[in-house]
Amino acid sequence: MAKTLAEKVWDAHVVRKGDGEGANAQPDLLFIDLHLVHEVTSPQAFEGLRLAGRRLRRPDLTIATEDHNTPTLDIDKPIADLTSRTQIQTLRNNCQEFGVRLHSLGDAEQGIVHVVGPQLGLTQPGMTVVCGDSHTSTHGAFGALAMGIGTSEVEHVMATQTLSLKPFKTMAINVEGTLRPGVSAKDIILAVIAKIGTGGGQGYVLEYRGSAIRALSMEARMTICNMSIEAGARAGLVAPDQTTYDYMHGRPHAPQGAEWDAAVEYWNTLSTDDDAAFDVEVDLDADTLEPFVTWGTNPGQGVSLSAKVPSPEDFGDENAKAAAERALQYMGLEAGTPMKDIRVDTVFLGSCTNSRMEDLRAAADILRGRTKDPNIRMLVVPGSARVRLEAEAEGLDKVFKDFGAEWRFAGCSMCLGMNPDQLEVGERCASTSNRNFEGRQGKGGRTHLVSPVVAAATAVRGTLSSPSDLDPAPESAALRVGAA
Amino acid sequence: MEKFTTHTGIGVPLRQSNVDTDQIIPAVYLKRITRTGFEDALFAAWRKDPSFILNQAPFNAGSVLVAGPDFGTGSSREHAVWALKDFGFKTVLSSRFADIFRGNSGKQGLLAAEVAQDDIELIWKELENAPGTEVTVDLVSKTVQCGTIVAPFEIDDYTRWRLLEGLDDIGLTLKHEEDITAFEATRPAFMPKTLPARLS
Repeated sequence: MAKTLAEKVWDAHVVRKGDGEGANAQPDLLFIDLHLVHEVTSPQAFEGLRLAGRRLRRPDLTIATEDHNTPTLDIDKPIADLTSRTQIQTLRNNCQEFGVRLHSLGDAEQGIVHVVGPQLGLTQPGMTVVCGDSHTSTHGAFGALAMGIGTSEVEHVMATQTLSLKPFKTMAINVEGTLRPGVSAKDIILAVIAKIGTGGGQGYVLEYRGSAIRALSMEARMTICNMSIEAGARAGLVAPDQTTYDYMHGRPHAPQGAEWDAAVEYWNTLSTDDDAAFDVEVDLDADTLEPFVTWGTNPGQGVSLSAKVPSPEDFGDENAKAAAERALQYMGLEAGTPMKDIRVDTVFLGSCTNSRMEDLRAAADILRGRTKDPNIRMLVVPGSARVRLEAEAEGLDKVFKDFGAEWRFAGCSMCLGMNPDQLEVGERCASTSNRNFEGRQGKGGRTHLVSPVVAAATAVRGTLSSPSDLDPAPESAALRVGAA
Repeated sequence: MEKFTTHTGIGVPLRQSNVDTDQIIPAVYLKRITRTGFEDALFAAWRKDPSFILNQAPFNAGSVLVAGPDFGTGSSREHAVWALKDFGFKTVLSSRFADIFRGNSGKQGLLAAEVAQDDIELIWKELENAPGTEVTVDLVSKTVQCGTIVAPFEIDDYTRWRLLEGLDDIGLTLKHEEDITAFEATRPAFMPKTLPARLS
């Protein structure tokens, strides 16, 4: 029978089929190939194992790092916030007790869990990957079925290396065409979410397809898959191809020699069969896409950067109307204001969505030779310690610092403000992260989700801007856009 | 897990869509390492506003939350479920739940009952007209009752069975440990292992 990519990966991991058929079917028991662990959602799971006298079944398929709570300054000093320090120490103790590999703050492989897995070559096509973090969908960029799970499920995976799951429905997101300069993967996914809504993907696994997706780099595909959860989907994936293999080859945990050949042979089978049917298909035109930005307090409340702040009256549905009214009030915005007239206070370049080398390069290419708007504060937070090292080897840190941005250590940082990097009440931020929820980046903070190049252009002009709004740089830097 | 068959308690109308998990429990409260004691963290930002519904009697003693569509979107934090439970909620009614939140609820014995939005609107009106009205949520018959309103709700059969029986998920899976071991033996050699560590 013809299958979609997601169904192939699913079927290859069924340990035990659930009894029953159709709507009454019990869940399947699926084997989990890789379990990523961080300090926030794991302490209660480890405690559960301990209380039940259970072992962690597969330490060799488990890896941990510290990211949510870690400071991005003074990382050589003890963490000032005592509860953060305790949570991280708890992870260290648990990993030691249960034999889990841990990359701690200060280690060259420490960083945001979804940057670390791919970078080490641990994320591979056709795998099942889980983590107690909703942005686990990032790993779908490799053609893996990657899902965020809650702490009870974290404990379940620790104890059994499996999850009980009901099959998902499948949705194709077809993106055809060629992105224009200054338009990037972030704009694609923001436009997808605006189109299908924050609940549009509920119950579905999304597969991103089409010529525009095939043309994207691995890091750009990760940006897209990362935000699948913002459309409500449990997972999102892209079929592996030569771009995937080129990215993986030579990474520490990528297969080597004859095993590489065997792996590629298998990975080449991982695409949706021509005659397979998706439950739903959605089309997006890449040719006409513009830089996209959010105006509201959920990731579906987005418009083209050249558009105006919408009015609640623009929404037919009563709930959407009420949500828009509330969002405009929280965001301190008036309907009809051009998005490009919105002045921001802070620019955040970072998070598991946009903190990899290409993101930093794309932003640096805009900033090189330009000066920062004097009222803007800009934080650049690389996704991992390894990314930070690579960026420094290329001199990107110098570009950011010369521009007037702060060059920080790796972690989740201002994406969710569990560390000291937070917005003040009323502070407005252009952020390359993934959620513009009320208070997400700090109590009372106001978030506009943007791409790395829009973040950079905004830091130059002080208002939400696209690279095409900028005067030529004094030392005309070649624009390398469309990559991130 | 405690068994859930039926629950009756004061209904709390939360007229809002897209109640994300950052609203249910802000990230700053996720630094704790315990599984209980999150009652102060529930809707922490909104509760600073005295007019917020949970700051008002009789709703502050509510145990049935009646919310707008797309409840529990965003982060995978199970803390959202723990905070709702610790505050005293036994069940949440909404026309649409985010997948991960729904899953987390099922693991923790918080009933996430999917009720049609038209029925939610009727229940909201009833609860606003007569604050303190009790809502009965019956998992056996899959119905919710509020005053004269009786409405069906949806929940998947497997979660319903586990809630009714109060079953522990890990225990259920470990009954099939032989199947897991057999599957492990079939995995290809090229699949990666985290140990021993290979570094760049």
